[in-house]
Amino acid sequence: MSTVFDPGAAAARATGAILDDTLRGSSRGVVVDSPPGAGKSTLVVRAALELAAAGHPLMVIAQTNAQVDDLVVRLAEKDPELPVGRLHSSDSDPYDKVLDGLANVTKSAKAADLAGLDVVISTAAKWAHVKNVEPWGHAIVDEAYQMRSDALLAVAGLFERALFVGDPGQLDPFSIVGADQWAGLSYDPSASAVSTLLAHNPELPQHRLPVSWRLPASAAPLVSDAFYPYTPFRSGTGHRDRKLSFGVASDGSGPDRVLDEAAESGWGLLELPARHTPRTDPEAVRAVALVVRRLLDRGGVATSERAEEPVPVTADRVAVGTAHRDQAAAVRAALAELGVTGVAVDTANRLQGREFDVTVVLHPLSGRPDATAFHLETGRLCVLASRHRHACVVVCREGVADLLDEHPSTEPVQLGVTVKFPDGWEANHAVLAHLAEHKVRWRP
Amino acid sequence: MSLITTLARLEAVDTGRAQPLATVRHRHLTDRPLVLVPLTTAGEAGAPLGALVGTDREAPRLLAVAQPRDRDLRFAFLAELAEAVLPHIEAYADVVEPAERNETDPATGKKTKVEVELCTDAGQLIVPSRAGVEFVRLLGRSMRFRRTAEDDPDTPYPAPARVPLLGRWLTHYGERARVPGSSLLLAATDLLNRHWATGQSSLEDQHLGALLSWIDPPAGSSGAEAALRAELARDSEGQLLCPPAGPATDPDFDNRLLAPAIERYDRARTALASAEDGLAADARLGELSGAEREIRSLLARVMLPTWDAVWRGLDLLRELPEGSRAEDRWTRDRWSFTAHRDRVRSGEPPQPRRDDAVTAAQKLASRETAQAQLEAQEALDDPLVLAGRRLAGEAFLATVTDVEMTYTESKRPSPRPLVTVRTDERPHLGERTKVYRSLEGKPQTAEFVRAEDEPDQDGDVLLVLRILDRMGRGKEPAPGSVPEPGDRIAWTLFEHDQRGGPKLPDPEETPWTHGGPPGADAATRAEQPDPVTPEDLL
Repeated sequence: MSTVFDPGAAAARATGAILDDTLRGSSRGVVVDSPPGAGKSTLVVRAALELAAAGHPLMVIAQTNAQVDDLVVRLAEKDPELPVGRLHSSDSDPYDKVLDGLANVTKSAKAADLAGLDVVISTAAKWAHVKNVEPWGHAIVDEAYQMRSDALLAVAGLFERALFVGDPGQLDPFSIVGADQWAGLSYDPSASAVSTLLAHNPELPQHRLPVSWRLPASAAPLVSDAFYPYTPFRSGTGHRDRKLSFGVASDGSGPDRVLDEAAESGWGLLELPARHTPRTDPEAVRAVALVVRRLLDRGGVATSERAEEPVPVTADRVAVGTAHRDQAAAVRAALAELGVTGVAVDTANRLQGREFDVTVVLHPLSGRPDATAFHLETGRLCVLASRHRHACVVVCREGVADLLDEHPSTEPVQLGVTVKFPDGWEANHAVLAHLAEHKVRWRP
Repeated sequence: MSLITTLARLEAVDTGRAQPLATVRHRHLTDRPLVLVPLTTAGEAGAPLGALVGTDREAPRLLAVAQPRDRDLRFAFLAELAEAVLPHIEAYADVVEPAERNETDPATGKKTKVEVELCTDAGQLIVPSRAGVEFVRLLGRSMRFRRTAEDDPDTPYPAPARVPLLGRWLTHYGERARVPGSSLLLAATDLLNRHWATGQSSLEDQHLGALLSWIDPPAGSSGAEAALRAELARDSEGQLLCPPAGPATDPDFDNRLLAPAIERYDRARTALASAEDGLAADARLGELSGAEREIRSLLARVMLPTWDAVWRGLDLLRELPEGSRAEDRWTRDRWSFTAHRDRVRSGEPPQPRRDDAVTAAQKLASRETAQAQLEAQEALDDPLVLAGRRLAGEAFLATVTDVEMTYTESKRPSPRPLVTVRTDERPHLGERTKVYRSLEGKPQTAEFVRAEDEPDQDGDVLLVLRILDRMGRGKEPAPGSVPEPGDRIAWTLFEHDQRGGPKLPDPEETPWTHGGPPGADAATRAEQPDPVTPEDLL
C-alpha cells in the first residue's frame, strides 16, 4: 500500500537532518546532493542563519560573483539585521550595486576589515588569496560539485568544518589543459571538490534533497530518470498546479506549433531537416530566435503555485541555452535582429543555477558530424534540460539518434576513477526518446 | 577545431597541399637540437629495441639491443644512451648568466631579489612523434629509481653508473613537455601540425611520413597521393617504404625480418656458450657478431627514414622566422632546465612516482596559465593566428574615427577617453566587455560602451570603447597613450598576460579535505627502488 507523497514534508525532513548534522554533528564535513531546483540556495541561507544564530562565525564560499551577490541579497531578505561581510576583488565593479543599498552588508577587498562579522561571503577564487587569518569554525561551500579540487585545496585551510552543497548532475569542472596524468589519484586537481573530499573522508554524512520545486511535474520524471537514475527525486508540484497558455492563437507555423506542444506537455522538439552545419548553424539559430519572438508576441501567461493570478511570461523569464559561446553570440545577434531584448542567452556553464519559466535550447548535437566527449557530457544536457518552471523547447536537426549510434562513447577507462552513470550517450538517448513524442517539424 | 583551421583543411584537400596555419614559427628551435628516434619491442612494455641519436644529421649514433629481453643488453643500451644524451645536456649546464629571482624569505615573509645562475641555453630534444614523447617518459620512469653499485653495493642488478641520472633528466623533459608552449622536448609531428593544416584526419596527421607528404609533396604528386604512398607502399619484400616513426614497429617487419634475425642471434649465442675449445669459440663468436650486425643493420634500415624525416621537418620549420614571443617562452624553459640542474646538483632524490596533492595542483595551475598565455602570445605574434581569433569573434581590427576626452568623476579626475572605431568585423562584445590592445608591448585595457546604429551599406559598424589604463598618472593622458583618428588597431577580447594563481599551502600543510600532509614515510619511500617481483626475473 502506498501512502500519498507529501513533498513538503519529505523536503522538511531532509532539511532537518542536514541542519542537525551541520549544527550538532561530530563530523568535519557534511555533503548535500541537490537535484535541479531542490531548494539548494534556500538551504544555504537557512543553514547560514542558524549557524550565525548559534554564535558560530561563518564563511561562505561560492563559485561566481553573481552567486555570492545573490546569497548576500537572500540573507539580507531573511534577516536584515544580520552583519554580513562581502569580500570582493580589487577589480573595478567587483560586486552588484544592489549591495550598496543593504545596511547590514560591509564590503571590502581585505579579509581583515571583515573580521568579527557573523557571516563573510566570497568566491573561492578570492578566498584563495586570504592568508594569515584565524580559521573560521564553520564554512558553507556552495556549488561544491562545480568547484575544482585544487580550488578547495587553496581554501580548505581557512575553516575547521564545512557544509558542502551542490548538484552532482550538472557540469563537472574542467581544465583547459590535459590532466590525465593525475586521473585516478584521490586528489586529482581537476576533479570536483566533492570527489576529493569523499575519497579522503568516506565516512562523512551525505544527504540528498528529494524534491525539485522548480521542475514541473512534466519534467521531473524525465530529468530524474535520465540524469539521476540511482538518486531519484520528485517534483514539488502536480500536473494541474502549473499551466502555460497564450493570448494569441497559433498561426500554424513551426515555432507556434512547437510552443503549443510545449505549453501542453512541458516539452517541445522543433526538428529541422538533417544537415551537417557549422556550429553557428544559421537556420537553427534563426529558428531559436523565432520561437522566442513568437513566445513573447503571443502573450504567454504562466499559472503556478507562486501566484494567485496568471503571470505574463516576459523576456526576463525566458532563456536560451547553447553548448558553445559562439552559438550564444549568434542567437543574441539573431534576437537583436528580431527586436527581442532582455532574454538571457548563454552557454550551459553560465546558465547553471539559474531558473526561468520557459527555456529554448539549441541541442548540443544538432547538425554535428560527430559526437565528442564535450557534446556528450551528461551535465551539459542536464543543465539545459532543467532550467525551466513550465516548458522547454529544444531546437535540433534531424538525425541525432543516428549520430549517437555512430559515436558510442570511447573515453578510456582510467584506473581508480569512478565511472559516472549514466554516461552522456545513454542520457542523450533517454532525452531524445522522450522529446520524439513532442516533435514538430520545421515549416517556416 | 576552429573555423579557420577547418577552412585551411578544406583548402588543403582542394589544392592537394598542406596550408599554412602560421606565418611565424611559434616554438623555439636551438642551433643544435638532439634528435632521438627510439624503437621499442612489440609486446614488451618498456623494452627498448634501438635508437638513432645525435645532433649531426649526417652522423646519427646507432644503438641497438640484439635481444631486447636480455636485462644485461638492455642496461648496456641504456648506458650507451646515457653516454649519447647526457653530455649534450651537461654541455649546457655550466654556461650560465647571472639572473635575479624573487624569493620569499621564510623568516620574515618578505619578497627579496636573489642573485642566481640561469643557463644561457638549454639542451633541446626532438623525437619524431607524440608516442616518442611518451616513450621518453617511460624510459625516465624505468631508470630514475635504479640503483647503481655505487648507491648500494648489495643491489641485485646494479644499473650502470649514469643510467639513473639519465632517468631523472628524461623524466624532467617528459614532464616539461606537458607545459603548453614549452620547447625542451618536442615531437616533430606536433611541431608540423601546429604550423600546417593537411587534408587528412588528425589521426593520420600523427604519421610523420604522411604529414611531410602533405606539407612538401614530391614533384608531380599531390599531398594526398604522396601521403597514401607513405602510409601503405611496400617493397618487394613486403616492407613499408616509409616505416612507422616509432617507437612501435611495423608487425610485418617484426615477423618477417626482426624475429628470424633475433632467433639467429639467440642460436649463435647458445652455440658460443656450448663451444668446447678455443678454435670453435672463435668461429662461433664470429657468427654471433655477424648475427648482431644483421640486427643492427635491420634496425638502421627502419630508423633512418624517420631520422631523415625529422631533420627534413626541422628544415621546413626553420624556413619560418621565429615568433617574437617564442623567445620569452624559451627563457622559461631555460629556468626549468636550470632548476632541474640545481636539484640534481644539490643531491635531491629523484622525482617521486606520483605528485602529492599540492604539487599536482601547482602543476595544473601553471599549465593552465601557460596555455592561456600561449594562445594570447601566438595571436599577438602572428596575423594569421589573429585572423582565426577575429573570425571566431574574439578579436577585431578597427580604424579609429573619433576620440572624445572624458574624465572620471572623482576628486582627482583621471582620463577616460571615448574612442570610436569603425570595423566590418563582428566581435562578441557584450555590455562592458573588456578589450585589449598591445601598446609598446604592454596590454592597454578598454571597455566596450556601445555600438552606434546599424551596419552601413559596406557592413561597417561604429563601436565606442572607453580606454581605462596606461595613460600615466596625470590628468592629461601621456603622449601616445591614446589612439588617434586614422589608427588601425587590433583589439582582443582575451587578456594578453595571465595573472598567477593564489599561493597554495605547503605540502606539509595539506588540509584534511585532501588527506592531510603526505605520510612521514613518503619522502623515504620515494627514494627506494622498485621492489623486485618474480616478473622481473627471466
